[in-house]
Amino acid sequence: MLRELTSVFIAIFLVVFLVELYQLSKGPEGYAAFLEKLRSPGWLVFHVVALAFALYHSFTWFNLTAVVQVVRVGDFQVPPRLVAAANFVVWGVLSLAILFFFLLRG
Amino acid sequence: MSEETITLDVTRYRPGHDREPRTQSYSVPFQKDWVVLDALNHIKDRIDGTLTYRWSCRMGVCGSCGMMVNGVPKLTCAAFLRDYHPGPIRVEPLANFPVVRDLVISLDDFMEKLRRVKPWIIRETEKPVTEGEYLQAPAQLDAYKQFSMCINCMLCYAACPVYGLEPAFIGPAAIALAYRYNLDSRDEGYRFRQPIIAEATGVWECTFVGECSVVCPKGVDPAAAIQRSKVAGAKDWFMSMLLPWGGR
Amino acid sequence: MSTRKTSEPFWWGLFSVGGVVAAFLVPVHLFIHALAVPLGWISLSHARMLALVGHPLIKLYLFVLIALPLYHWAHRFRFILEDIGLHGLRTPIAILSYGAALVGTAATLWVLWRI
Repeated sequence: MLRELTSVFIAIFLVVFLVELYQLSKGPEGYAAFLEKLRSPGWLVFHVVALAFALYHSFTWFNLTAVVQVVRVGDFQVPPRLVAAANFVVWGVLSLAILFFFLLRG
Repeated sequence: MSEETITLDVTRYRPGHDREPRTQSYSVPFQKDWVVLDALNHIKDRIDGTLTYRWSCRMGVCGSCGMMVNGVPKLTCAAFLRDYHPGPIRVEPLANFPVVRDLVISLDDFMEKLRRVKPWIIRETEKPVTEGEYLQAPAQLDAYKQFSMCINCMLCYAACPVYGLEPAFIGPAAIALAYRYNLDSRDEGYRFRQPIIAEATGVWECTFVGECSVVCPKGVDPAAAIQRSKVAGAKDWFMSMLLPWGGR
Repeated sequence: MSTRKTSEPFWWGLFSVGGVVAAFLVPVHLFIHALAVPLGWISLSHARMLALVGHPLIKLYLFVLIALPLYHWAHRFRFILEDIGLHGLRTPIAILSYGAALVGTAATLWVLWRI
């Protein structure tokens, strides 16, 4: 059930993000005011919890898809643990790339 | 001689006699090498001959002795008393099935679903016996072998919360067996099985809880079979939408 | 052969793709946009962000990031409600859940169009 609940937290964040983009389109004052709202303790706590849930989703998802998607190299079947690990590596590389994209373009 | 004992709290239900199931406690010898089935046999032989339950091979290959042991679906021939020491051990009929009497449940629903997925080799053209066997390489056997280990014990149905909520769900073992035959290189019956699996009460009811694979005593991993069948089913669906004249 | 083709594979497919997008991309974007930027750990001025998001490829990326996991949520939310006992209401629940995801998709398109 915890696994299913992750989708709720992810969805709420995405709606918040969409509103953030909407405020972006309205101008700097609205955007700054919205960021101010996100700084409130309530929203910060929510997003820290949401981040934990999002990470739990990633963790369970990569482990489950490794069982579902059989990866074969010739006759040899790649063990599911290795497939899951490969997914984690890709996730790590992608996350760092995106993080640096925003750090450098800021 | 002071013999250590362990208590079994066993569900009793006599149709036409009891209005509802009740629990009866029995004290059996605690032997280190005994399984719950040994305890039940002891009860029937020495204490209460009216106790009714199914069993056969007592070695985990026939699938007859499935029951709930402390709320977990188990083969009673594989549940050692020492793992439940000091007890008491709760023994109940397999969950999600109608109870016929005591620990005996009705298998009808599962049997009907099993028959529906056609768990046998289907050929478009049969080879005459004189032409010899259908050959299969070890790698081809490996593709489906795990899923062929199912002993139809129905522990997976007892463990599945979806089957508990929606009895129309075709269930883990049926899908795993359909998958096993679809993967068999000798089989040509995919298009006969897929419509049954691809129905709303087929694979799509499953939410990948995964309990079926946790309780399976033979390592079949029906959850994996179901999810892989979902991928195949989704591919079929999209293909049939894009190419209405073709498909499999 | 069933005469009425079920649409379940379609929603499951969307759930699946949405799950992949959520698994790979949501954690880092959550950290950046809901924590790092508001807290000033990453400085992203309004002008800078607007310029970034203005690019059509970035808009496409954002559409995928926001819209697809909504179908992942809708599918899971539907089954959460069924599992807690609302099984009898499964048709209205499905319509409301996937409907909400469709509304979210439209809203995403609209917001990205405005920028």
